Amino acid sequence: MRALLALLFCLATPLTAESIVSDLSRDEVSINVTFNGSDILIFGAVRRDAPEPEGEMGVIITVAGPDQDVTVRRKAQKFGIWVNTDQVEIAEAPSFYAVASSGPLEDVLRASEDLRHKITIPQALGQVGTNVLDSRNFSAALLRIREGQSLYQVNEGAVSLSQDTLFSTSVELPANLTEGTYATQIYLTRDGTVIDSYENVIPVKKVGLERWLYNLSREHAFWYGLMSLAIAIASGWLASAVFTFARR
Amino acid sequence: MQIYLPIAEVSVNAFLLFGLGGMVGILSGMFGVGGGFLMTPLLFFIGIPPAVAVATEANQIVASSFSGVLAHLKRKTVDLKMGTVLLIGGLIGAALGVLVFNYLKSLGQVDLLVRLCYVVFLGIIGSLMFVESLKAIRQSGKPGAAPKRRKHTWVHNLPFKMKFRVSGLYISVIPPILVGVSVGILAAIMGVGGGFIMVPAMIYLLGMPTKVVVGTSLFQIIFVTGFTTMLHATTNYTVDIVLAVLLLVGGVIGAQIGTQIGVKMKAEQLRILLALLVIAVCGKLALDLILEPAELYSLGTGGH
Repeated sequence: MRALLALLFCLATPLTAESIVSDLSRDEVSINVTFNGSDILIFGAVRRDAPEPEGEMGVIITVAGPDQDVTVRRKAQKFGIWVNTDQVEIAEAPSFYAVASSGPLEDVLRASEDLRHKITIPQALGQVGTNVLDSRNFSAALLRIREGQSLYQVNEGAVSLSQDTLFSTSVELPANLTEGTYATQIYLTRDGTVIDSYENVIPVKKVGLERWLYNLSREHAFWYGLMSLAIAIASGWLASAVFTFARR
Repeated sequence: MQIYLPIAEVSVNAFLLFGLGGMVGILSGMFGVGGGFLMTPLLFFIGIPPAVAVATEANQIVASSFSGVLAHLKRKTVDLKMGTVLLIGGLIGAALGVLVFNYLKSLGQVDLLVRLCYVVFLGIIGSLMFVESLKAIRQSGKPGAAPKRRKHTWVHNLPFKMKFRVSGLYISVIPPILVGVSVGILAAIMGVGGGFIMVPAMIYLLGMPTKVVVGTSLFQIIFVTGFTTMLHATTNYTVDIVLAVLLLVGGVIGAQIGTQIGVKMKAEQLRILLALLVIAVCGKLALDLILEPAELYSLGTGGH
């Protein structure tokens, strides 16, 4: 009996707190021939079974693309020319990462919570190799370059909150997307402490012609190569034939 | 019109690629160069990953050179016999070049070596051609200047002589094979068809007439780049067929136009233009090495 009571108590605790219910505007992102980036709308609500607790509420939404190992190289001047001298391997850096929040990140997220949940981009980046003394500069460079390509995005204040219950944001996926499973994470914070999180995945995949060509190039590389050559020869011949005909 | 490339995994403007392909195609038809040494850096610039750019460019060169060769065949300006001899050397050289490339890769810094190769070879070839063709133009301008007889050098004393009727040569097969081998090595290391080295080598080392050189160079480029395309497609999976098609539509048309322009021009003018082009590309590459880059860091994703 006491055990049952304890179980009930355990079950009841999360109910008194707040939790997130959420959905995405689409189940998957299809990359077809005319793909030129895409928007996904992430929306949801905060469910409460008790009066709203004290403290400033915040919502942080992240979208992370599949991880890749990245090599960051740095140039330095040697014998009068600029050469790649140092390099650092960054293991498992997300190929895409977007952070959107309902307010300035320093207000809605404590540093210690960020460390635990790995929410902001510097935290989400994998282990940085330590073969160079200033490896920090290399991860900063990765961040700077990827931000320039819109692959890493920080949008403070992009999550709109209404009545402290409903939230929504739109994340822009650029055209140079990598295929894979993209994970969306929603964090609900009170006074900068994470009280609930909700995860969803959205597959990004090539479809149609793109899918077919990609598979062909991997699985039947020889025939794919021959097909490329055949197309090249045929179009070369066609152009020549057309021009000969036109000159007559 | 934006098109997503399945292998390169980037979205590009189709009309921009038509334009680039056409421009490089014209140069290809005019000068008998594949155009890879121009196109590859341009593709890097619009955001195509380097490995995909190099491999796909090889495929596009097959198309524009084939288009160009057909045009030259009709004018009977292709020395098939010489082309075959050069090709045999070229394939041997390409195989050796791949070995050298992999060795250098294991040492690192292969990227730098490729760039230095470009600057040195383009610089030497460009300036030599420029000076020579300037001289030729001055001489032809003088009234009553007798056409110079071809010099009889040590090249003509080697054994295994062969008649190359289209080129009007009766020389040993050793020099063409050696030229083929060395161009093949360089082509494999630098990832290009090697036309910009082959053309001057044929003019100055073998003494072939400029008009025949262009078609013959294109003829052997088809095979070398075809071979390269297959190598890249089967080992690195980096040939992007959609990108290739976009480029070659412009390329094959450009090659036809280029051939017509080339026929109407004088040999010296053709050579001096090619020299200027080579020097310009060389200067750009040299500046890239010497000037401090805006972004000192670069990213590389090793495989997927």
